[in-house]
Amino acid sequence: MSPTTAPGQRAAGPARGSRGADVWREVTHHGLFWPLLALVLLILACGVASPGFLDVTVRDGHLFGQLVDLMRNSATPLLLALGMCLVIATGGIDLSVGAVMAIALAVSLTYLDNAADPSAPGTVLTAVLLGLAVGGLGGMFNGAMVAGLGIQPFIATMILMVAGRGIAMLITQGQITTVTSPPFKSIGSGFVLGVPTPVVIAVVTFGLVVLLVRRTALGMFLESIGINREASRLAGVRSRRTTWTVYVIAGVLAGLAGLVYGAPTMAADANNIGLMKELDAIMVVVLGGTKLDGGRFYLGGLLVGAMLLSTLERAVIIFQLPSQTTPLFKALVLIAVCVAASPTLRAMLRGRRRADRSDAPAAPVETTPAQEVTA
Amino acid sequence: MSAAPPAPVVQMTGISIAFPGVKALDDVGFRLFPGEVHALMGENGAGKSTLIKALTGVYQIDSGRIEVEGREVRLDGPSQAQAAGISTVYQEVNLCANLTVAENVMLGHEVRHGPFIDWRATRRKAAEYLHRLHLDVDPRSMLSSHTIAVQQLCAIARALVVDAKVLVLDEPTSSLDNAEVAELFRVVRSLKDDGVAVLFVSHFLDQIYEISDRITVLRNGRLVGEHMIADLPRRDLIAAMIGKSGDALAGIEEKARSTITIHSDREEPFLTAVGLGKNGSVQPFDVDLYAGEILGVAGLLGSGRTELARLLSGADRPDTGDVRVQSALTRLTSPLAALSRGIAYSTEDRKKEGIVGDLTVRENIALAMQARRGTWRPIPRRQLDDVVARYITALQISPPNPNALIRNLSGGNQQKVLLARWLATAPRLLILDEPTRGIDVGAKAEIQKLVTELAQDGMSVVFISSELEEVLRLSQRLVVMRDRQKVDELVNTDDVTTATILETIAESGARA
Repeated sequence: MSPTTAPGQRAAGPARGSRGADVWREVTHHGLFWPLLALVLLILACGVASPGFLDVTVRDGHLFGQLVDLMRNSATPLLLALGMCLVIATGGIDLSVGAVMAIALAVSLTYLDNAADPSAPGTVLTAVLLGLAVGGLGGMFNGAMVAGLGIQPFIATMILMVAGRGIAMLITQGQITTVTSPPFKSIGSGFVLGVPTPVVIAVVTFGLVVLLVRRTALGMFLESIGINREASRLAGVRSRRTTWTVYVIAGVLAGLAGLVYGAPTMAADANNIGLMKELDAIMVVVLGGTKLDGGRFYLGGLLVGAMLLSTLERAVIIFQLPSQTTPLFKALVLIAVCVAASPTLRAMLRGRRRADRSDAPAAPVETTPAQEVTA
Repeated sequence: MSAAPPAPVVQMTGISIAFPGVKALDDVGFRLFPGEVHALMGENGAGKSTLIKALTGVYQIDSGRIEVEGREVRLDGPSQAQAAGISTVYQEVNLCANLTVAENVMLGHEVRHGPFIDWRATRRKAAEYLHRLHLDVDPRSMLSSHTIAVQQLCAIARALVVDAKVLVLDEPTSSLDNAEVAELFRVVRSLKDDGVAVLFVSHFLDQIYEISDRITVLRNGRLVGEHMIADLPRRDLIAAMIGKSGDALAGIEEKARSTITIHSDREEPFLTAVGLGKNGSVQPFDVDLYAGEILGVAGLLGSGRTELARLLSGADRPDTGDVRVQSALTRLTSPLAALSRGIAYSTEDRKKEGIVGDLTVRENIALAMQARRGTWRPIPRRQLDDVVARYITALQISPPNPNALIRNLSGGNQQKVLLARWLATAPRLLILDEPTRGIDVGAKAEIQKLVTELAQDGMSVVFISSELEEVLRLSQRLVVMRDRQKVDELVNTDDVTTATILETIAESGARA
């Protein structure tokens, strides 16, 4: 039950057949097997197509190389997916994260733009905190709509998704606000102990979220709400408050993602910052083995999912395909991974789909093969 | 009621339907005469809904024959049943809430000019049908803007449009208030006068006796009997449904009730409710709950048993009344509020409101305890392991594996895990709603024994069950519920038997 446990581990069936086959089954049934395999194959393919792809060098005390770039590019989707994963665990969805990125960046940069000295550490810190706070505000709004008013998450968060870019536009007054502030810029393009700052931010945030979720009861409550909201409420879980909290967390993380994503260019482009990033985040969550219908979630899988996503984007360039076709390849990988991990397909391949049918009417029969119980 | 009608409009003979492992209907006969209201009675699982579904074409019969107006028909689907003149109004209205009243009433029977619908004529026609039911609603208004009662009447109007000979009303009154029920019955009577045969299913005995002409009783998928309403007093009806004659019941009752003596030194009650009630759920009631005592709640399904439990446990918020816990005035605004005052509630619907299927046994046990501690103070791992291990052993939960997903356990073991969930919160008051439903005999006995022991250790227990014997065996005091109100409270002395309780249910009905 470590935080990074992935689907399949717990549900793994009892030992049957030969030992080698068991290990093989265990491995292939691990929720992260197919995404990881896809990631490794893709990186190897890139390595073959583009010699030097796998090289990591140290230049000026900083890590350099394509793999390092991949990790840097994974930071934003990972931050978004962390929040998205928690929201999805409760049975919800947050479509507004892309727009929230744009708002947060717009607020931060506008504040810097108006500051006397955009490079002063205090000013930059305030700008960052403002961006995060704005993200949190967006999350509060989403959470109030979903948990307070009971609006369907898809619709509730679509409001901010659509309106968000307009709000960002108002903040930047229709301009693409550009600022010069080296300390702020370093959030996106700097290094900490030789490691790119975005990577450090993403990894630290990942660790904090894991602690928050698995060292408190929050994770269990999220899963229990996502699986059976009414039973959770009757067991005393404050499902509305907990749901609201999760949207706020997702909002803050989206704000952070906006800053990390926009810092290298220092340009608050309200129309394009974070465009379609909500779908990337959902894809990372799904690739990581968490189901969209809520309940069990797997934060560890997000690391693989985020890397897979950015590797894919890079692979399109390496194989000299038109970059407009990137979404197509994302879709292909998504389909491949989902199909490979599909329990229905596995059951079909094993030629027994009967287990599904015992849910049907009639008497309250055991719905599960006896083997799992007697294990 | 008019004189004996000539020929039945529906005649079902020798109907059998089997599901895997269950014989839902076994050689059942049923007939329905024009111009009568015919009540179909039976406990849960008696086969009422299966019979209705056979008649409305939802289920196909394995053997037997169905005749409508003397001709044998094959009902392979709802549309064929409708074509044969059989219309159904379900408990939950099966119309389209987002269409207008006229559209709903006339759906599929709109007035057409070639491919086009003449909406004006359609609305006019809908208004005529509504008028026949003395229903004063604007045909252009949205169906969803009306109460459930009006929506049901619209569903009946729809039955008129298709010129139904048979109208099936499946629990139509369960969400209606008294005035609405009266309105519905007025419509049913006028349909009856028009020669429509009405099949009526309800858990409310009063309503059965108010509106029906004839009763058919089913039990365990078999026909018990068909009676004119006048020939079947309430007590006999209940006995027929439950399957024991009143006299026989009186004989076998032999109380294993036990070492526990009734608290004569009534200190102060743990919980006192005064005038606690909720509109449309349960009428205001008073009740005192004492430490060390099991209070049994008896009543038929839908009598308000569960609603009473939900008000006492914070699951629903009451409209009226006060609750005092250890004489301090308290508002039980949420399950958590009740839990933190030591009140735990194990629900009737284990699957929907009890287990969290994809979580482990350990997590399911921990849930309520953790909720009480709050999100930020997780139960230390070792402490939780101890608690879980203790309950798995004490309740003999099988498999004894805390990491098993609860949905993979059998019903009885799921129930034990839920009991462990509540017991782990160290409650002062434990409310058990049907804790032994659908579990095997062994587990049932274990749970009954456990409940007795808990009370002996000073816990206050509310025990709700459909099985009168069980309630009687376990409890020291009894609350009798009927038609969503508390009708009586009795001390469970030796001369109280299931027959006494049945009488109480029936008599209080007659008195009302």
